Amino acid sequence: MALTDYKNKKKRILFISSSGGHWIQMRRLESAFEGYEKYYAATDPSYQQSVDYGYFFSVPEASRWNKLKLIWQALKIFGIILYIKPAIVFSTGAAPGFFALFFAKKLGIKTIWLDSIANVEELSLSGRKVKPYADLWLTQWEHLAKPEGPYYYGAVL
Amino acid sequence: MIFVTVGSQLPFDRLIMTVDDWSRLHPDYDTFAQIGLSRYQPKAMRFKTSMTPNDYQKAMQASDLIIAHAGMGTIISALELGKPLLLMPRLASQGEHRNDHQLATIKQMTQKFPHIVVAYNETELLQELECYRMKKHDNPSIIKESLTVSPKLLDAIKSFITTE
Repeated sequence: MALTDYKNKKKRILFISSSGGHWIQMRRLESAFEGYEKYYAATDPSYQQSVDYGYFFSVPEASRWNKLKLIWQALKIFGIILYIKPAIVFSTGAAPGFFALFFAKKLGIKTIWLDSIANVEELSLSGRKVKPYADLWLTQWEHLAKPEGPYYYGAVL
Repeated sequence: MIFVTVGSQLPFDRLIMTVDDWSRLHPDYDTFAQIGLSRYQPKAMRFKTSMTPNDYQKAMQASDLIIAHAGMGTIISALELGKPLLLMPRLASQGEHRNDHQLATIKQMTQKFPHIVVAYNETELLQELECYRMKKHDNPSIIKESLTVSPKLLDAIKSFITTE
């Protein structure tokens, strides 16, 4: 099936994260999105090979200290979202997830943030900043949950 | 095979150097390391800078012991495969990470999965490698069943995406 096959009316989900632990946690939640056409984006192009069912996009690597790269990463993510037109954007972190939720929210797309289980003592920086753009804002630690969010329902393990 | 992995984003020379020293003394153990951005180049053990997900998975599967930083990706992958895991946390004081969240990760994960072995410094790492050689570590194969995603979390997401 070609990427441009728009006759397919299935709703789309975009899973987006940086490489490593964020990605592995994100993929453990795929079963919640049954029936959706799956799209993925990560910072490591070789991750394409771990996507059996779905489409993969790579986004530029960037750290919080390199502003130019961050801008390039954000622009590419904006392009990917416009191209895919997902119904839902889901992320576990970090910067790529923040940008994706930011743009998705502006475009009226449903957004979900699940902060990484590695953030035991406080929410990640991107996890805190993403609050206004996350329709569903979750932590994996009960002691970090608050009445106004982030909410806690459980963890990926 | 002993598989050493420290992620792709930051160096972790203390870990790589220590295991390499051990490996030089124990050439009868096949030791392979994914060193990421570490500056130290291993002299005794085989190594790669980065690995694709497929190669990484193969190395995990082929290993009898996984030695790693306390990164959640590695921890989850090792738990899924029921592999023995020896962790050394990255420390902010050594410039190995932005903060000491890997210490918190270790505290929580060892509570939940007591078979995970921890070395807080290079000396302890060598001691634990000696324990491994003497086969003193617990067998982790029993923990697989407790590795499911929280059903409540899946339900919360499902109900959120189905409501308009």
